[in-house]
Amino acid sequence: MRSFLYQRATDPGMAVQALSAAAAANNPLTQAAAQPLAGGTTLIDLMKLDVMRPAAIVDINPLAQGWSGIETGGEKLRLGALAKMSDVAAHADIQRHYPVIANSLRLAASAQLRNMATLGGNVMQRTRCSYFRDISYQNCNKRIPGSGCAAMDGVNRMHAVLGTSDQCIATYPGDFAQALIALDATVEITGKSGTRSMPFAQLHKAPGNTPDIETTLQPGELISAFSIRGRWPRSVYLKARDRQSYEFALSSAAIALDVQDGVIRDARVALGGVATVPWRAREAEALLKGRKFDNGLAQRAADAAFADAKGRQHNSFKISLGKRLVARALQQASTMEV
Amino acid sequence: MSDNSSSKRSGFDRRAFMAGAGIALVPLTARAAVQDPTPAAAQDPALPVEVTLRVNGQDKRLRIDARTTVLDALREHIGLTGSKKGCDHGQCGACTVLVGDRRVVSCLTLALAAEGQEITTIEGLATGDHLHPMQQAFIDNDAFQCGYCTPGQIMSAVACVKEGHAGSDEDIREYMSGNICRCAAYPNIVAAVKQAASDIMKG
Repeated sequence: MRSFLYQRATDPGMAVQALSAAAAANNPLTQAAAQPLAGGTTLIDLMKLDVMRPAAIVDINPLAQGWSGIETGGEKLRLGALAKMSDVAAHADIQRHYPVIANSLRLAASAQLRNMATLGGNVMQRTRCSYFRDISYQNCNKRIPGSGCAAMDGVNRMHAVLGTSDQCIATYPGDFAQALIALDATVEITGKSGTRSMPFAQLHKAPGNTPDIETTLQPGELISAFSIRGRWPRSVYLKARDRQSYEFALSSAAIALDVQDGVIRDARVALGGVATVPWRAREAEALLKGRKFDNGLAQRAADAAFADAKGRQHNSFKISLGKRLVARALQQASTMEV
Repeated sequence: MSDNSSSKRSGFDRRAFMAGAGIALVPLTARAAVQDPTPAAAQDPALPVEVTLRVNGQDKRLRIDARTTVLDALREHIGLTGSKKGCDHGQCGACTVLVGDRRVVSCLTLALAAEGQEITTIEGLATGDHLHPMQQAFIDNDAFQCGYCTPGQIMSAVACVKEGHAGSDEDIREYMSGNICRCAAYPNIVAAVKQAASDIMKG
């Protein structure tokens, strides 16, 4: 690991100032000279691998007092960005009213990592692409723009089939983000000019021609909270992986349904493990809305979700796996007792 | 890959940043300032910094590099080598300790970020010669072969019981999945956690 300046931010203004002071105009957030430290489970790991090389670390954990609330009162949910994954997953109201959130968190990482990792850091975690994580590979457009992509013709079993470009096929690795995007979450961002909010769906950027730019956050901006309107008791998170626990998704599905008198009034379908960014399958949702559930409908919705999927040498299995997972998740959600 | 080539490409120069940082970041506490209060020197990341870690009920005052993890602080600076370094990337759980009452992987926890919190290691579990019920349960159930992962397994298991995740074999397997045992002593580890959970419950 390279040496860095450690700083502790005791209020949001201080954190924002320290992070933006270090920002060079032409650097994307992922290359910014100063990086915020929350749980550290991605940052310290990638610094040890020499993938991330910040000259300064701004420890924002002292902000937890104001930024880690879990507010479930009424019809709106607000989650502080520094809330720990384990605390949110274990919260009785989250389990009851938002099972898709509780399970997306519970099925991620290990108990130790969930105790450390925060919600804000979780959605900002970097890809697990093995070529991105190993600097002995010279060709990674995400690490070194314009250098190529070793995964295209390499071992790409874990890589994405949706949202890819000819520059990058790295998978977005998280679970919680799929729940957020499915439930139309809003993300609150704190920066130099105070706080602003935007749809969570606008946070991540597909790789396109700039895989090194992963989000719309600017250096000096921090996620401070997430919020969701309404409750989604009929929701599930299913995750298929190489081992039963403590593993990233090969394919995952976040499903939320609003069913009244047997008719699907609203449907939310988001996919993980298969796409370059948190992925909303709106084509599948459109098929489901206004119809009565049956297994044929679930199958058609699953097919629609993967209609644009593009497999490569080792990852085409994710398309059939992903469809089956979506169909099963829809069946589970539709038969839940709520 | 050389640092120079990537620095040029990104338009970012570490040396220039560090030179400028002394002025830009003065409002933040300079943690290295204890020995030399001048701002420029205080901001030099190559200098050791002072930190006090509270480990097993005792304050340990250390002068360390900012890069030092809790694991390295314990093993290399404090002399507590019970916590083990397996992968050093948060994947194996051999370094598990409690920070506050939570289990964490100490290899991904910066020592500076753990200042002011109570750290409990495997060495802090027993009361004198009286083993913690979880330690006794691992012995009773032969829950290890080589023993390298065992301190992490035991610390993780103590937290697992406290969290209420030791109610069934299935729960124990799921909530102990962050601790890898390459000797595959898993069946006996599950038995040990079950035994200790019931011992702890009985008091």
